[in-house]
Amino acid sequence: MKKDKILLDHGSGGGISHKLITEFFLAHFNNPILAELDDSAVFTVAEQTLAFSTDSYTVDPIFFPGGDIGELAVNGTVNDLAMRGAKPLYLSTGFIIEEGFALADLERILKSMKRSAKEAHVLIVTGDTKVVPRGAVDKIFINTSGIGIIPEGVNISGKNARPGDKIILSGYIADHGMTVLTHRAGMDFASSLQSDTAPLNDMVAEMIATSSQIHTLRDPTRGGVGTSLNEIALQSGIKIKLHEDAIPLRDEVNGACELLGIDPLYAANEGKLLACVGPDDAEVVLRVIRANRYGQDASIIGEILAESTGSGSGRGRVFMKTAIGGTRIIDMLAGEQLPRIC
Amino acid sequence: MELKHLNEYRDRDICRKIVEKIRVAARKEIRLMEVCGTHTMSISRNGIQGLLPKTITLLSGPGCPVCVTAQGEIDGFIKLSKMEGVITTTFGDLLRVPASESSLERERAEGADVRIVYSAFDSLEIAENNPGNEVVFLGIGFETTAPTIAAAIIEAEKRGLKNFSVVSANKLVPPVLDVLMKDKRLKLHGLICPGHVSVIIGAQAYIPLAEKYHIPCVVAGFEPADILQAIHMLVNQIQKGESSVEIAYRRGVTFEGNNRAKDVMDKVFETCDADWRGIGLIPQSGLRLREQFLSFDAEKKFDLSIKETKEPDGCACGDILIGVKSPTECPLFGKTCTTTHPIGPCMVSTEGTCAAYYKYH
Repeated sequence: MKKDKILLDHGSGGGISHKLITEFFLAHFNNPILAELDDSAVFTVAEQTLAFSTDSYTVDPIFFPGGDIGELAVNGTVNDLAMRGAKPLYLSTGFIIEEGFALADLERILKSMKRSAKEAHVLIVTGDTKVVPRGAVDKIFINTSGIGIIPEGVNISGKNARPGDKIILSGYIADHGMTVLTHRAGMDFASSLQSDTAPLNDMVAEMIATSSQIHTLRDPTRGGVGTSLNEIALQSGIKIKLHEDAIPLRDEVNGACELLGIDPLYAANEGKLLACVGPDDAEVVLRVIRANRYGQDASIIGEILAESTGSGSGRGRVFMKTAIGGTRIIDMLAGEQLPRIC
Repeated sequence: MELKHLNEYRDRDICRKIVEKIRVAARKEIRLMEVCGTHTMSISRNGIQGLLPKTITLLSGPGCPVCVTAQGEIDGFIKLSKMEGVITTTFGDLLRVPASESSLERERAEGADVRIVYSAFDSLEIAENNPGNEVVFLGIGFETTAPTIAAAIIEAEKRGLKNFSVVSANKLVPPVLDVLMKDKRLKLHGLICPGHVSVIIGAQAYIPLAEKYHIPCVVAGFEPADILQAIHMLVNQIQKGESSVEIAYRRGVTFEGNNRAKDVMDKVFETCDADWRGIGLIPQSGLRLREQFLSFDAEKKFDLSIKETKEPDGCACGDILIGVKSPTECPLFGKTCTTTHPIGPCMVSTEGTCAAYYKYH
C-alpha cells in the first residue's frame, strides 16, 4: 500500500479509511489514548476526566437544504464529544479559504456556526485563518476541535457494548447523505430532502441522567449506520443482529437511494446517534430520546449477541433480518459509494 | 420524491404467501438463472435464496454491465483518460474496475480528469463548458443505457459539438442468452429475465429463445415480491412442461417494448461482434456507431486499438459470469479478492455476483 497513492476511497469512512488509520496514523502516533480509536480521546487532567476531539469539514455543496458547512463543523465536533458522554465546553476552529471566496458566504457560514454553538452551549474560543490561491482548496475547508468534561461515573465507549444490549437509533437514516448527493447531482425532484445536522449533546445528557446502562454511543456519520455498527462490533468483540423493518427510513430518501443505487445503511447522518443500552433500561432510554426534539422517531433496531467463535475474517459480525424474513450480512463499507449505471 | 409503491413490494405477508405457493408448486429440482445484476443484488440483499425450498437453485448470469466489459476495453478507457486535454466521463461503477495495470480511479488520483456522470447527456454540458478539451463518454451497458447514449449523440450533432465523442462498448442481452442456452453445463430450467432491459426491448425479445430451447422466460421487477412472483410463474411453467414468455413486471414492461427508444438506438447504432469479459467473442452482440455518426466515435478519433488481454491468474469471473461457478468456488474469493481489494470485475461492481455474495452472505 505504501507505494500507492491516496484515493478518494481512503476518505470514505469505511474499511479502506480504517486501514489507512491503523496502518499509517496509528503506526506512527501510537499511544494508549489514541489506540482506543473512539469518537473522542479521553484522558484525565488534574483529576478531571476530559474528552478531546477534532474533525475537518469539506462538503460540496457548502450550502445545502437543512444546513451548511458551518453548522456541520460545530455539530460534528460537539457530537463526537457527546458520544463519549462528555459535556462539550470549548471549540477551536481553523479555516482554509480559497482566494476569491465571497465574504457574504463567509459571513453566512459564521452566523450558522454562532447559532449552532449557542444551541450546543459551547464557546468558540480560538481560531485560525489561512487563504490559499484559487484551486488549492475547493471554496472553504473548516476544522474544529473541541474539549468537554466527562461527568464522574460515566464510562461510554465503542468497546463497552455487551451481549443483551438493545441498539437504539435516534431517528431516520441517510437524510444528510442523500440530501447532499441529490443536490450535487442536480436532482431537483428530491427537493423535499433535508440534512439532519443537529447537536446531540442535550439528548445525551438527558440519557445519562436517566440511565447508567448506556454502554456505547456513536454518531453514524461517514460510512453510515452499517459501518458504525461494524466498528462497535469490532471494538467490543460482539455480534449484532438488526431488524430491517425497525430501521426508520423516509420514503423520499429511500426513493433517492433506489434511483442512485445507494444503500441507505451506508449513507451519512449528521444528527443521529446509535446507543447500546442494557436491556432493562432500553425502553426508558428510548422514551427519553423520543422526548428530545431530535429523537422523535427513535426506534430499537436490534440487539447485541455474544461473539460467535471461529469467524476468522471477522466478517458477519453484523447481520440483519430483512423485511421479508431473509437474512443478510451488513459488512463495513468498502469504499466511497458510487452511483450505479442503471 | 416518494416511491410509495416500494413498501407493497417489500411486504412480508405478501412475500410469505408467494413463497408458500412456490413451496407447494416446486416438486422437482429446479435451476433458474437471474440474468440481471440488479436482480442478483436484490436477491442477496433481501435474503431470497434462504426463503426458497432447497430444491430451487438460483444462478447468477452475465447481467452486470460493468463486469462483462472486456478488460481490453477498460485498458482502452484508461489509455484515453491519460491523453492530454481529454476529460473522460463515465458511470460510477466503472471507476474502480481493475484493468491490466490500473483503474480509472487510480488514474484520477494521478491527475487524469475522470468525471462521474448520471447520463451521457451530462457529458454534453461538460463538452460545452470546456471547449478547449475533448470530452469522451465511456459508453457501457446493455439496451438500458444505449438509447440515452444514442439520444445524446443525436443531440450533440444538433448542437454542433465537435469536442464530444463516445466509446461504444454497449452490449446486447439476447445474444448472450443464446450462448448460455447452448452451454450444456448449466442445465437451466428457466430464465428470470431482466426488468430494465425489457422495458426497452420488450418481452417479445425472449420468444425466439423460449421456442428454440424450450425454456420458460419470465421478466421480473426488482423488489422481493416481483422476483418471488417471477419464480412462482417459472416453477408453474416448469411443472407443467411449458416454455412461454411471461411478464411479472407489468407496471414497467410490455411485450412490445419502447419503440421510440428502439428507433433512436437503431438510428445511431448498428450491431457488431463484441468481446465479453470472461466469455469471449459473441457474434452480433455489440453496438457500434453507424457511418453517419462516425465523427463521434472515440475509437476512431483517438486511434484506440482495443486488444484482448489476459485475465488475472486464478480469477474465475468468466465462469461466474455465465453461472458455471459460484463465487465461493473461486480460489481468490474472500481471500485475496474482496470488496476492499477487488481483483476481478464481479467483485468490484455494485451489481457483481461476487460483490453480492461477499457483502450479504
